[in-house]
Amino acid sequence: MGPLPAIVVSALSKRFGEVHAVDRLTFDVNAGEIFGLVGPDGAGKTTTLRILAGVLGADAGSAMVGGCDVVRNPERAKLFLSYMSQRFGLYEDLTVDENIRFFADLFGIPRQKRVQRSQELLAAAGLSDFRRRLAGNLSGGMKQKLGLVCALIHTPKVLLLDEPTNGVDPVSRRDFWRILYSLLAEGVAVLTSTSYLDEAERCHRVGLLYRGRMLLCDRPEELKKKFPGEVLAVHSAQPERVREALAGAPGVRHALLVGDRVHLFVDDAARRLEDLRGRLESAGAAFDSFQPVRASIEDLFVSAVESGTAPAGAAKPS
Amino acid sequence: MMGNEPSVVVENLTKRFGAFVALDSINFQAWRGEIFGFLGPNGAGKSTTIRILCGLLRPTSGRAQVAGIDVAAKPEAVRQQIGYMSQKFSLYNDLEVIENLRFFAGLYSVPTKDLRLRLAWALRMAGIEGRERALTRTLAVGWKQRLALACAVLHRPPVVFLDEPTSGVDAVSRRQFWELIQQMVSEGITVFVTTHYMDEAEYCNRLVLIDRGRIVAMGTPTELKTRHMKRDLLMVECEPLGPGLEALHEIPAVLDAAVFGSSLHAVVANAQAALPGIRRGLESRGLKVGRVEQIQPSLEDVFVALTATRESVPKGNA
Repeated sequence: MGPLPAIVVSALSKRFGEVHAVDRLTFDVNAGEIFGLVGPDGAGKTTTLRILAGVLGADAGSAMVGGCDVVRNPERAKLFLSYMSQRFGLYEDLTVDENIRFFADLFGIPRQKRVQRSQELLAAAGLSDFRRRLAGNLSGGMKQKLGLVCALIHTPKVLLLDEPTNGVDPVSRRDFWRILYSLLAEGVAVLTSTSYLDEAERCHRVGLLYRGRMLLCDRPEELKKKFPGEVLAVHSAQPERVREALAGAPGVRHALLVGDRVHLFVDDAARRLEDLRGRLESAGAAFDSFQPVRASIEDLFVSAVESGTAPAGAAKPS
Repeated sequence: MMGNEPSVVVENLTKRFGAFVALDSINFQAWRGEIFGFLGPNGAGKSTTIRILCGLLRPTSGRAQVAGIDVAAKPEAVRQQIGYMSQKFSLYNDLEVIENLRFFAGLYSVPTKDLRLRLAWALRMAGIEGRERALTRTLAVGWKQRLALACAVLHRPPVVFLDEPTSGVDAVSRRQFWELIQQMVSEGITVFVTTHYMDEAEYCNRLVLIDRGRIVAMGTPTELKTRHMKRDLLMVECEPLGPGLEALHEIPAVLDAAVFGSSLHAVVANAQAALPGIRRGLESRGLKVGRVEQIQPSLEDVFVALTATRESVPKGNA
């Protein structure tokens, strides 16, 4: 852990009329760390990122980015942070190179430095062969990677990303994440929101926001341990019949159809197994096996939001 | 679960735009009551296929049948047999929920005598009863998404096309949405869906993976994971992750590598042969190495392995 976290958010609050978009939110992000913000629509993810980026004021609390209070001094923080919103402002009628030059000018990057930096970033993004293509003619994944290149041209210490990979295919998403990981060696702190929880698993720590508050915050491995109960996968040629037979059985909180299997969220697998098998047999629903599977971050997230509160023993944001 | 008649039949389907071959003689069938997933990188030909199947685009050669109708010969007749929903929900934000439903009912010529029942069915199915008079603009994204689906299936089409329907939608809403799809499928509707998110691909009965206009794999999610990857996959625990990823890329035996959750995945020709070299390679760079073991690939690994030819370099620089 570095001496001082790159981002320190304390009791941050923001209201829009009656709505508490961000409600006494407290968390921090270390240099060299990727912190993921997840949560349902309206949980406060975008509002938090916008406050940290200095484009939106806060009502109370403080938000320090690189030791600089962005609530009181938003202009100064802009020198060493970068913010990529959902629709990053690329110029579609400029080429890839011209877009990069534009952002380099905006941040006053010396010519020599920008040439080397942009070459490295373009290579990492797999865009080196597309430098003279118009941004408007790039695929969705390439546009997002170009956005990231532009956001990184001034070598920021803090990178704020708001759902950067929506609609991006898995190959481009891997490139995108590889770039993020390469920044960590430079000590960059990355705070990203995402609606996709396989991405959350790639973060060092994940915070689950709900109604402007941090419901849970921990490393992905630790979060998964907080899932209340267990998950059993039932493989079957008739998964729908399996679900029908077992939904609502004692101890079964939910039965989720996942392709050729059913995921059962149960309170105690060992105790319930015999009863569940019996139910399938008497319903005449064929099945191959019951297998314990690990709860995913998504499972935890859905369960925490549906119950509206954090599971027992929820961690305070560290 | 699956009927024995195909709802969608595609034979030697080819589409050229000038010299560019968007679809290169593809073949597949989707069965009645099946969730058929269509995966591929941006620009692989997914949307072109959907547009042909919806009768919006004429194929260059080959045949496409939807619900028994040849789409090239009778594009108007096809449109009565299908529902279509894309990531841009195409709802009227300034209309009430019920007004949107009525508008789409008119568009699809739902008979007046059926209208009341169909509207009630749609509201119930989408879980938006009681919100009929709400302005669509005021709905949360997840609600809008379910409303858009309800609008697309008001005329009870046997086949529904969903083009990246969940882009940017939170996990709770996405689960509700997939349960809605499963309910439609259990009523015999065929759902044809594209997605970039592999956790969603797991919900499909069968998947097609398409790359640069050609089908590169087809099967159930389990078949894709067990049969289609020609190379071995290693899970590598390594600290810190970022330098570990870069190091893996430098080890000759490693064909590809990516961060996966809190560990790394490495693609190699032969797991047992590559194992010692990988451990040595990481340790010689001063990295802390935990377990290194062969694992079954995830859908994402399969996707990337079969399509990671990357986007082709343009001829000229348009």
